[in-house]
Amino acid sequence: MSSVAPADLPVSKDKGSIEAAEEAEYGRKPKTARVKQRLTSRTATIASLIIAVLWTIPTFGLFISSFRPAELIRTTGWWTIFQNPGFTFDNYAEVLLSPSASSPQLGAYIVNSIAITLLGTLIPLVLATMAAYAFAWIKFRGANVLFIFVFALQIVPLQMALVPLLQIFSTWLRPMQAWVHDVIPIIPEQNYAPVWLAHAMFAMPLAIFLLHNFIAEIPGDVIEAARVDGATHGQIFFRIVLPLATPAIASFAIFQFIWVWNDLLVALIFSGGTQDVAPLTQRLAELTGTRGQAWELLTAGAFISIVIPLIVFFSLQRYFVRGLLAGATKG
Amino acid sequence: MTTGDLLGKILQVVMGLAIFAAIIGLLIFFIDKAPKRGRDYWQLAGFLTPALLFLAVGLVYPAIRTSILAFQDSSGDWTFDNFIWTFTQPAAIRTLINTIIWVLLVPTISTAIGLAYAIFIDKSRGEKYYKVILFMPIAISFVGAGIIWRFVYEYRSGERDQIGLLNALVVGFGGEPVQWLQTDPINTFLLIVVMIWIQTGFAMVLLSAAIKGVPTEQIEAAQLDGTNAWQRFINVTVPGIRGALVVVVTTISIATLKVFDIVRTMTAGNFNTSVIANEMYTQAFRASEIGRGSALALILFLLVLPIVVYNVNILRKQREIR
Repeated sequence: MSSVAPADLPVSKDKGSIEAAEEAEYGRKPKTARVKQRLTSRTATIASLIIAVLWTIPTFGLFISSFRPAELIRTTGWWTIFQNPGFTFDNYAEVLLSPSASSPQLGAYIVNSIAITLLGTLIPLVLATMAAYAFAWIKFRGANVLFIFVFALQIVPLQMALVPLLQIFSTWLRPMQAWVHDVIPIIPEQNYAPVWLAHAMFAMPLAIFLLHNFIAEIPGDVIEAARVDGATHGQIFFRIVLPLATPAIASFAIFQFIWVWNDLLVALIFSGGTQDVAPLTQRLAELTGTRGQAWELLTAGAFISIVIPLIVFFSLQRYFVRGLLAGATKG
Repeated sequence: MTTGDLLGKILQVVMGLAIFAAIIGLLIFFIDKAPKRGRDYWQLAGFLTPALLFLAVGLVYPAIRTSILAFQDSSGDWTFDNFIWTFTQPAAIRTLINTIIWVLLVPTISTAIGLAYAIFIDKSRGEKYYKVILFMPIAISFVGAGIIWRFVYEYRSGERDQIGLLNALVVGFGGEPVQWLQTDPINTFLLIVVMIWIQTGFAMVLLSAAIKGVPTEQIEAAQLDGTNAWQRFINVTVPGIRGALVVVVTTISIATLKVFDIVRTMTAGNFNTSVIANEMYTQAFRASEIGRGSALALILFLLVLPIVVYNVNILRKQREIR
């Protein structure tokens, strides 16, 4: 098996082959059988249509509402949009641009989300790829035992790590953050470092495991040949392993990106909750608590937060599905 | 956010990237220049140490420490009080019961719907689009999903028009509107609906892949024997996808046991909706009851443990077969 995912998915197949197979099958059967098949599949089609509609309506309602004037959202259901027409970008302007203290001011939090996601994905990716290479291609005693141990760490729930890690950070990282703030005043004392490090640490077991599976499958002859030619491990890593492992790295990168972007728990514990660090999810969770009735803000804000993962989802669906399924046990 | 703030943030990212690149670059540089004697060990250390350090600081030490904290009171003396509290306080017991309800309902219902859907749309026209629709909620954050569904459950008192879809339906059929999220015990089930909404797509995609792996010859043979669709499903398809079914159910169970964001965003654990993961956060970080929080984390770990071990075994066996 050449992919990192535990299962090979049909999503990656192009539609053409599925339809061709379908036509071939129907073509072979006598007409009566075909009619019968169509009839039984009618109930199936209706059932699947109902499920599909049920699954879409909630998001659709949110989307519609985010473009309705606040007054209309408050007094009428979004499904009455044709009886109570109204369309506005005010909600988006309000949550993104309004500087007033009572507004969500999401702009700063979007920047935070992007900043956190960037290094929260990159750091574990690089470190895990290096470790995966060592486990796969540098022979040493105890390699197997150590690898199994790393793999087993996946069973530790995040909740087990939160309290002690926070204590470690406040003892060791706090002074450094304060020092950075003294030297460069525009960097606030509360900076991204704890969130980056926490995400990197929690991602490590799964990342090493998935990337190892892939990197170990690179043909040994290639690596051996490079070794014979006198290449160092550093050279092999950069020139051979990295280029060959790109699909696996991409899958994991996307999984980790979505995971970090959508995370609430790590942010709640390690960000401090201020505009300086807190990501979009944390701000929205806070808004549902403090301004739970301000639907014009919540709908627009929620839609802003889900639109980036959705774009990634639709444009990189194949990698996305693989990465997500492969990492389904994370947390 | 002022321009200064933004500059500070950009500077942080740039500095973060630069420092990280410098550390990795230096590391690789030095391991390539390591002394000839024992070079392999230097290289090994260079590649492995950063990751192992992260694991040790981020997971190994904290997990051990949490296990110890669970058996200590606030002054550091050994005690079982944290566990006694968890299993005797009505609110804490309710948390455990809720978690059990979650883990019973979410995996079974989402797997059932996902499986049915996967079979219904199998080989149908537009299968790809059907799949995308059901799978999409997975890309949405739990916080986003929480807001989406809070809007569905929204309540308006008296004669005013309902703006939440669920209450609008209730009123439309002549009922009285309900404060869904405040009403125990229905609120827990409504939160569970959100989790099912998210997880069904996951189940569907994995099961759909498995269904396509069942050999057509077997199905056709069963067809020739005069079986009906239901018999073929039970006797041919289900045995054929057993491995995938187990993986799906266990994986969703694990995710469900750890569910936090949905409860946090929708009710914050009020109105008797709390679950272990949420209660752990509340106790440790809101009430400063570190011991209780640690005990809950340990319980969560012990609940997840057997499922993960089982799941890993299944996955390993599947790999061996391939």
